[in-house]
Amino acid sequence: MTSIYQKLDSKIPPGPLAEKWDYYKNQVPLVSANNKRRIDVIVVGTGLAGASAAASLGELGYNVKVFTFHDSPRRAHSIAAQGGINAAKNYRNDGDSVYRLFYDTIKGGDYRAREANVYRLAQVSVNIIDQCVAQGVPFAREYGGLLDNRSFGGTLVSRTFYARGQTGQQLLLGAYQALSRQISLGSVKLYNRHEVLDIVIVDGKCRGVIARNLLTGELERHSAHAVILATGGYSNVFYLSTNAMLCNVTAAWRAHRRGAFFGNPCFTQIHPTCIPVSGDYQSKLTLMSESLRNDGRCWVPKDPADTQKHPNDIPEEARDYFLERRYPAFGNLVPRDIASRAAKAECDAGKGVGPSGLAVYLDFSDAIKRLGRETIAARYGNLFEMYEKITGENPYEVPMRIYPAVHYTMGGLWVDYELMTTIPGLYAAGEANFSDHGANRLGASALMQGLADGYFILPYTIGAYLSKEIRTGPISTDLPEFERTEREVADRIRRLMSIGGNESPESFHRRLGKIMWNKCGMSRNAKGLQEAIEEIRALREEFWRNLYVAGRADEFNPELEKAWRVADFLELGELICRDALHRNESCGGHFREEYQTADGEALRDDENYMYVAAWEWKGEDEQPVLHKEPLVYEEIKVAQRSYK
Amino acid sequence: MKLTLKIWRQGGKYKGEFVTYSLDDINEHMSFLEMLDVLNERLIRQKEEPIAFEHDCREGICGSCSMVINGRPHGPLKGTTTCQLHMRHFRDGDTIVIEPFRAKAFPVIRDLVVDRSAFDRIIQAGGYISVNTGQAPEANSIPIEKEVASRAFDAAACIGCGACVAACPNASAMLFTAAKVSHLALLPQGQVERKRRVLRMVAQMDKEGFGRCSNVRACEAECPKEISVSHIARMNREYLFAAVASETLA
Ligand SMILES: Cc1cc2nc3c(=O)[nH]c(=O)nc-3n(C[C@H](O)[C@H](O)[C@H](O)COP(=O)(O)OP(=O)(O)OC[C@H]3O[C@@H](n4cnc5c(N)ncnc54)[C@H](O)[C@@H]3O)c2cc1C
Ligand code: SF4
Ligand code: FES
Repeated sequence: MTSIYQKLDSKIPPGPLAEKWDYYKNQVPLVSANNKRRIDVIVVGTGLAGASAAASLGELGYNVKVFTFHDSPRRAHSIAAQGGINAAKNYRNDGDSVYRLFYDTIKGGDYRAREANVYRLAQVSVNIIDQCVAQGVPFAREYGGLLDNRSFGGTLVSRTFYARGQTGQQLLLGAYQALSRQISLGSVKLYNRHEVLDIVIVDGKCRGVIARNLLTGELERHSAHAVILATGGYSNVFYLSTNAMLCNVTAAWRAHRRGAFFGNPCFTQIHPTCIPVSGDYQSKLTLMSESLRNDGRCWVPKDPADTQKHPNDIPEEARDYFLERRYPAFGNLVPRDIASRAAKAECDAGKGVGPSGLAVYLDFSDAIKRLGRETIAARYGNLFEMYEKITGENPYEVPMRIYPAVHYTMGGLWVDYELMTTIPGLYAAGEANFSDHGANRLGASALMQGLADGYFILPYTIGAYLSKEIRTGPISTDLPEFERTEREVADRIRRLMSIGGNESPESFHRRLGKIMWNKCGMSRNAKGLQEAIEEIRALREEFWRNLYVAGRADEFNPELEKAWRVADFLELGELICRDALHRNESCGGHFREEYQTADGEALRDDENYMYVAAWEWKGEDEQPVLHKEPLVYEEIKVAQRSYK
Repeated sequence: MKLTLKIWRQGGKYKGEFVTYSLDDINEHMSFLEMLDVLNERLIRQKEEPIAFEHDCREGICGSCSMVINGRPHGPLKGTTTCQLHMRHFRDGDTIVIEPFRAKAFPVIRDLVVDRSAFDRIIQAGGYISVNTGQAPEANSIPIEKEVASRAFDAAACIGCGACVAACPNASAMLFTAAKVSHLALLPQGQVERKRRVLRMVAQMDKEGFGRCSNVRACEAECPKEISVSHIARMNREYLFAAVASETLA
């Protein structure tokens, strides 16, 4: 593997950390209202990041086109976020501040995130809450009528705003409504049921996209002066994850193949509290929000012989509250990576419960005793119901059974401080970029980041680039670059349709997922990763030989959509494993068995790996090239992460 | 368990007809959609066209899944979307009839997939508060009674699935529209545009070809989020009030 110490320009503004963003905003070139009307911007995605960006850019006066493969912008995966959104409002007067949110995020990310970006995120977090309340987002309130908060993992303050267990839904509906308003005003044009299958590069700049109209199968060319990808994360490379079934990496991956570097692909997050797998037919996993760990206690029987007993028959002294025992300071509220590994360790030691032995208990009986059933129902009612619907068990009476599952991807397209990828004019926002969460994301910070990117960061930073485009004029879609890219997309569709093998896209996807979970999941080692790379290559080869796509290309065809997405996952999977193999350390969600302390905690190697790994695509049968962005901590003292 | 499925097929080689399938290896812990996944895998293996249906989150929140199961939108369980329905609620040997949501304003795209973009246009007509990014006042400067916020939330919990329309003999979209009108009318932030909003949203609803409400209340019974018909009453009041006010102005 070659490694090039080429300097990636992260464009971090000069000056003290706390003043960088203001400094940046004060000097960034502006585009006049007049000129904005002559500038086209394409936003791909209508989740929190995309909807907020498209609405805000439309309000500013740009001509915006927004794309989603869903039937409606409101269906984006963001709708499913449950627990809450962080902001450094310090409404509790419990010592929170912008600095503390910044510090918690960097520490939570195991010192693998860029300081300047994270500080800015903490700064704008307060504006997000203001904006959402003004839009009518019905956050939870106290009896005095002011906003309520709860705690999330990895923090000692209460800074999470929430709307019952449906925070993502309410925030997305807020952004969707703002977007709908711009659509009705004509500043944004919506292309629903359109999937972006490639980006178009003209003279080194991103100038548009090729999209497939999912109803007719027609390929369309759309040009713009800048393109924003807000297309979400890639957890579904593992097949089973908590993400919505249709989440995929296609837009980001196609951009990667056209020159956008992919940052830290191996930084994937496993969420500790999900409903365990129940059978081979399983199509997705359901998250039980982290907020449950405010009141729920994790335990397993001390004696492996007790694992098949009814939990209510296991007396207090025979239970091991393993998180409280191992991490007395944070207890059940340790960060996700730590809680997940602890649960796995208990199950590996034979103490797992439930039919598969791959589960631990999350018990609310103490909280119900202390606070009463009603309070618990008010806090978590809908989550308890969801649990009961899926498992047929009532968590008010029997402890929940939970197990870790893939949930979020910290990695994504590499972006600089302005959220621009390595392709000029191409931006990435929300979960699709790699920027703010380092090697592990704290709960309730993804919603914050998506909305920060879309409402408060991109509308400023995109001006730096677009101010140089005011004389460009409309970009023709008859340019040879558009024609060529469209032809390449059409060829690939034809190739997928004509294999005529025997196996469905879904079946290949499941097989890929198994390889990824077994060898590149909660813990990884060099041997397993090398095997995984070989297995994925073999699977990819088989895919292109034995795939069967039902239906036709010129009609509504969900099978074809799936096939294309799985083809991209089959390439991404290999890159994730390569990245995991090259990073000879354990940090955050990336746990390499070879690198751990005597008591099983992650062992970082700051000397050699304190950098962002940004991978450059070199071709289908070529090795990708590694570029490194060193991480420099000016404000924070880098320390071993401890939650004890 | 063994099941017989009668599924509406439309598009490709099917003109619009029920096709019967039998399944005999269904596990009771499967979700309803996982049962359809199993059937689709089988159809694909036989080189037949799989059944198109909409789904995404599979946890009852995105509003994508939309089918009528044995005559009921989202199936037999109260307060449950199709994706949250599990096979343990059916019996071995059952025959299950599966159809798309039917309404003039929801044309069928293929099999069980319908076009619900009319809902988006109703929201575009006025289902928002006009506040640009950056214009917002400090959040806690607008205290809202806990009770009021909670009622607004109940209305805002609508997932935009369209079951209310499918359940209604008139294919009316009153419950969906009322949920949004109510959510925003309850909150202090929503007051300024209150009248304009309800007039425009109702006008758009009519324009899309949804039917009138005749108080059958099937919408409330089938709504997976149990949105209350009291919101329809509120919308009617809002509408009357706004209509009278706009006439007085004119
Ligand atoms: C179950 C669950 C619960 C969560 N709870 C929380 C929480 O409590 N707090 C928190 O902070 N975070 C939470 N998260 C994480 C958070 O929800 C996501 O990280 C975040 O919503 C991602 O938003 P996004 O805008 O980046 O992308 P998404 O919401 O995934 O949106 C992606 C959009 O891109 C579109 N798209 C993608 N590809 C294409 C293409 N090729 N062409 C056209 N359109 C395309 C899609 O249609 C969609 O509109 C949770 C995640 C899960 C899975
Ligand atoms: S009111 Fe209920 S049934 Fe109608 S769209 Fe909303 S959630 Fe669905
Ligand atoms: S698939 Fe999302 S609500 Fe059913």
